[in-house]
Amino acid sequence: MNSQQTAAQPNDDSPIIIIENMHKWYGQFHVLKDINIAVRRGERIVICGPSGSGKSTLIRCINRLEEHQRGRIIVDGIELTNDLKNIEKIRAEVGMVFQHFNLFPHLTILENLTLGPIWVRKTPRREAEENAMYYLEKVRIAEQARKYPGQLSGGQQQRVAIARSLCMKPNVMLFDEPTSALDPEMVKEVLEVMISLAQDGMTMLVVSHEMGFAKSVAHRVMFMDGGEILEQNTPEEFFTNPRHDRTKLFLSQILD
Amino acid sequence: MTSITGSGGQAGRDLGPPVTSIGVIGWVRANLCNGWLNTVLTLAVLYLLWAILPPFFNWALLDGNWFTSSEQCKASDGACWSVITANIRFILFGFYPHDLQWRPLLAVVILIVLLFLSRNRRFWGRWLLYGWLLGLVAMGLLLKGGMFGLVAVDSDNWGGLPLTLLLAVFGLAAAYPFGVVLALGRQSQMPVIKAFCVVYIELIRGVPLISMLFMSSVVFPLFLPEGMTLNKILRAQVAIILFTAAYIAEVVRGGLQGMSRGQYEAAESLGLNYFQTMRLIILPQALKIVIPPSVSILISAFKDTSLVVIIALYDLLKTTQTTLTDPKWMGYSAEAYLFLALIYFLCCYAMSNYSRKLEKELDTGH
Repeated sequence: MNSQQTAAQPNDDSPIIIIENMHKWYGQFHVLKDINIAVRRGERIVICGPSGSGKSTLIRCINRLEEHQRGRIIVDGIELTNDLKNIEKIRAEVGMVFQHFNLFPHLTILENLTLGPIWVRKTPRREAEENAMYYLEKVRIAEQARKYPGQLSGGQQQRVAIARSLCMKPNVMLFDEPTSALDPEMVKEVLEVMISLAQDGMTMLVVSHEMGFAKSVAHRVMFMDGGEILEQNTPEEFFTNPRHDRTKLFLSQILD
Repeated sequence: MTSITGSGGQAGRDLGPPVTSIGVIGWVRANLCNGWLNTVLTLAVLYLLWAILPPFFNWALLDGNWFTSSEQCKASDGACWSVITANIRFILFGFYPHDLQWRPLLAVVILIVLLFLSRNRRFWGRWLLYGWLLGLVAMGLLLKGGMFGLVAVDSDNWGGLPLTLLLAVFGLAAAYPFGVVLALGRQSQMPVIKAFCVVYIELIRGVPLISMLFMSSVVFPLFLPEGMTLNKILRAQVAIILFTAAYIAEVVRGGLQGMSRGQYEAAESLGLNYFQTMRLIILPQALKIVIPPSVSILISAFKDTSLVVIIALYDLLKTTQTTLTDPKWMGYSAEAYLFLALIYFLCCYAMSNYSRKLEKELDTGH
């Protein structure tokens, strides 16, 4: 955790994620076209764009929930190939938060959080539980530890999902539309957790339409359409001075 | 009718519910006599019950003969339960040597105690596992003998209840995990494994259990080298396992398909490997969903063990039938089969009862 706190600003070390000339097809359909991204440690990127633009697919390629067909993806010095050992190693380093939370409904909140550390990291149970309670405190939900996911509200479930990823002590966190499935009044509690995570210096890639979030914490905002990254810029430039017509149209539709 | 119930609806006065809509009368009115058709049906059913139950009661209990000889039975109009009491040892233990029948009895008691302990999930753990291992050794030793001063009993003489329970409990216990493995195999990305599982499941499901039992007892030995024999009970047991597993596999596959993609993705994104994902995330949920259909299969497989009569194994059904071929007791098949039905019912009801309890315990509100 110390390393996270000291890395509050993006530093100039080697990028933690490198994506080079990456392409992906679903059958004949060209979903991602020539993607090139370098993510620095501690950098926070928000990816937006219309539905079907490939933004979710892009971040799902980073932990190999989707397979890319051309180009290279290198996460923390490990290239993603068909080597299962490498994939499992990368997945343990990269946390992922889903639109629909995907908590394990047959396990208690605490068991949801300790599962990864115990089975993947081989952490002793006691230590894993203490660690889990620490993160549950952090997402302000510790009193629910013994409940089952089905007994929690959507916002609470998403905060648990974030804590579950954090328990693996990831170097990168991917968020796939984390607030899209939530009732409006629950969006805020989840965004607050994400903002505090950003303040701790976590490297984050967030697919989201929460422009307020993008403005306040992102270092870079990317706009995707038709499987391409059409535009990327600092949030100030991106929102006040969009260059691409497609971006202007999108922003005018989303910010009114 | 409206004049009775309508009196409660007068404006401004709180009269409480009308007497005729609560209590016994209310229940009868609401459930048995709401409308002329239902009233007629209710009366018809009542008449049928009146016509059937008292005579049955008289036959079975009042005039029933419990511990008499067959001659006394013949002189009586009532049920001859003596056919069971007089032959109970043969029905329950078949040709097992008469003096040694305490051994299968003890084995059955051990099995029932272990099953009973296993009902309670709080006991699931290392000690129960040791208990089962010890129990299995003890049961095998008791039935087979030949060690520790126990006289050896050839397995051809095993029969009755121990045989039925042996075939059922171990058949089901082995078929279930095998079926789960087949279901996972059928979903496998590896073509060879997938093809094997598909062919196996479809082949077995396309063949009646009877023909598999015949094959195990008649065809299979032809392929064994000269002089080598495999125990007949074991062969029947294997046939039952192979057969039941195919059905379990399809039910489990249904459960696996009911799992959302998100559960796999969440497990994978934590870095769990395939076996961990299946064991910790997917199977616990999928198997829970398919408890009701699985138990249906297990119950019908339990009853199907009675088909081993056709390869001349003396299970509970066969020992009962054999009793009825005794000229002394011929003609009392109703009593004997009712008794048999009761044993089967108790076992099957215990299974379905347990499955409901398990479902309730595993419910986590999603």
